[in-house]
Amino acid sequence: MTEIRYLAPRTLEDAVSAFAAAQGAASGTARILAGGTDLLVQMRAGVVQPGTIIDIKKIEEVTAITEQPDGSFVIGAAVSGATLHDHPRFGKVWPGVLEAVNLIGSKQVQGRASPGGNLCNASPAGDSVPAMIAAGAVVTVQGPNGRRTLPVEKVPAGPGRTTLTPGEILVSFTLPARPAGSGDAYLRMIPRTEMDIAVVGCGVNLTMAGGKVTAARVGLGAVAPVPLLVEDAAKALIGSTLDEAALEAAAAACRAACNPINDKRGTIAYRTKVAGVLLKRTAAIAAERAGRK
Amino acid sequence: MAKVHVTTTINGEPTEFLCEPQQSLLDALRNNLGLTGTKEGCGTGDCGACSITLDGRLTCSCLVLAVEADGHSIGTIEGMAQGDKLHPLQRKFLEMAALQCGICTPGVLIAARALLEKNPNPTETEVRFGLAGNLCRCTGYDKIVRAVMDTAAEMRETAS
Ligand SMILES: Cc1cc2nc3c(=O)[nH]c(=O)nc-3n(C[C@H](O)[C@H](O)[C@H](O)COP(=O)(O)OP(=O)(O)OC[C@H]3O[C@@H](n4cnc5c(N)ncnc54)[C@H](O)[C@@H]3O)c2cc1C
Ligand code: FES
Ligand code: FES
Repeated sequence: MTEIRYLAPRTLEDAVSAFAAAQGAASGTARILAGGTDLLVQMRAGVVQPGTIIDIKKIEEVTAITEQPDGSFVIGAAVSGATLHDHPRFGKVWPGVLEAVNLIGSKQVQGRASPGGNLCNASPAGDSVPAMIAAGAVVTVQGPNGRRTLPVEKVPAGPGRTTLTPGEILVSFTLPARPAGSGDAYLRMIPRTEMDIAVVGCGVNLTMAGGKVTAARVGLGAVAPVPLLVEDAAKALIGSTLDEAALEAAAAACRAACNPINDKRGTIAYRTKVAGVLLKRTAAIAAERAGRK
Repeated sequence: MAKVHVTTTINGEPTEFLCEPQQSLLDALRNNLGLTGTKEGCGTGDCGACSITLDGRLTCSCLVLAVEADGHSIGTIEGMAQGDKLHPLQRKFLEMAALQCGICTPGVLIAARALLEKNPNPTETEVRFGLAGNLCRCTGYDKIVRAVMDTAAEMRETAS
C-alpha cells in the first residue's frame, strides 16, 4: 500500500473542505471512512488505494439518531447497525428499516457498518437501501456548495457509483413521521440463513385504514444495477384490501421492474420470479405491523 | 513514512503506540503491541478470528484502522481472565472441549461474552446467529454452542 493520510475532522465543514481539496490533489483519490466494512476490504484487495482517508465518525451530526417533535427520525449517515438496534424507539417505529440494516453482516460487522456506507458503497444488493426507499427516506448531503436534500433512491448511479458530486458527503437520512396504521418490512432471499449477499431484497411500507391500503411504497434490491423504487407495485396495492388480485398485480409490477444479472447466486429467471414472491411475503408482514387483522 | 501516535485504553490499561496510518488495528495489536491472542484468519471481516470490543461493541479488528482506536477503549482476549482466574466461558470451553486447533477460540470467546452480556438466557438459535460471524474449521460448532449454553446457565445460577 502507498502512503495514506488519515484525517478525523470534528466538523462537517472541515470534512467537506478536506475532502474537496484532497479530491483535487494529485495524491490520488480521497475516501470517506464510516464503518470501514467495505472500504477496508476494498483497500486490502487493492481495488481502491486512497491517498487520503477522512474519518467522519468524530462529527456529531453524522453519528446521531434524533426523533424530531413531529415524529420524523434523522439518522446520521455513520450510525452503526448496532447503535440503531439499541435505540429505544427506532425499531418500534421503523421495524422494516431496522431489520434491513441489521441483516448487514455478522454481529461484528454490525458494530461498525452504517446505512450511509451501505448506500454510498452503491452495491446493487445493499440490504438497507430497498427498505430506506420504501420508507420514503430523504438524504441530506453537504458539499463545497452547501447542503441539498434528495430522495434516497436518487443516490445510487450504478454498481459502485453514486450521484454525489466531488467533495459531497452524505450527512443523514430523514424518515418521515408515521401516520397511524403504518407498518414496514424487509425480506431478502439468500441461499444460506446468514452472512450472504441478497439474491433479491424487498422493502414494503404500508399505511392502512379500515382494512384498505391508503399509502404504499415498494423498494427492490439486487435485481437491477441500482436498487429500485417500484411505483407500479405501490399503485397496485393502494386502495386494495391486499386481496390476492392486488398482490398478484403488485408482484407482476415487481417482476416487470427487474433487470438483473445472471450469477452463481441466481439466474435472471430465478431473481425475477423471486422478486414477485418476496413482494407478497413482505407486504403481508408490513400489513400485520400496520395493524390489519 | 510518518508514524501516527495513538492514545488508547486496552483491557483497562492506558496504552500508547505508534503505527502506520493504513495499518489495521489487528496488525497493530499483534505486531506493535505483542498482543498475539487476537488472531488473523481472513483479514476481510468474514471469519471473526480477530474479534475484539471497541467501546464495548463487538468488532472485527481487521476492519478497523489502528489510528481509529485513538481515544477509544479496546477489549481483547488477553483481558478476559482475571489473573489466573479464567472467565466462565474459558473454563467451560476447556471442560467441554469446545476447541481443537484453537485459532478461532479467542474470537469465539470475545463474541460469546458480548452475546451473553446482552442476552444472558439465549436460545440455541440465538447462540448460533450470535456467533454466525465466527468461523471454525475444526469443531463443527456443536461443542461451541453447547459450551456457550452451559456457561449461560451457570452464570444465571451464580447471579441469582
Ligand atoms: C463480512 C461482511 C459481510 C457483509 N454482509 C453484508 C450484507 O449482508 N448486506 C449488505 O448490504 N452489505 C454487507 N456487507 C457490506 C458492508 O458491511 C455494508 O455495505 C456496510 O453498510 C458499509 O458501511 P460502512 O459504514 O462500513 O461503510 P464504509 O466501508 O466506511 O464506506 C463504504 C463506501 O461508502 C463511502 N462512504 C461511507 N460513508 C459515506 C458518507 N457519509 N458520505 C460519502 N461517502 C461515504 C466510503 O468512502 C466507501 O466508498 C458485508 C461486509 C462484510 C465485511
Ligand atoms: S481476520 Fe478479521 S474477520 Fe477474519
Ligand atoms: S478450533 Fe480450529 S478453527 Fe475452531
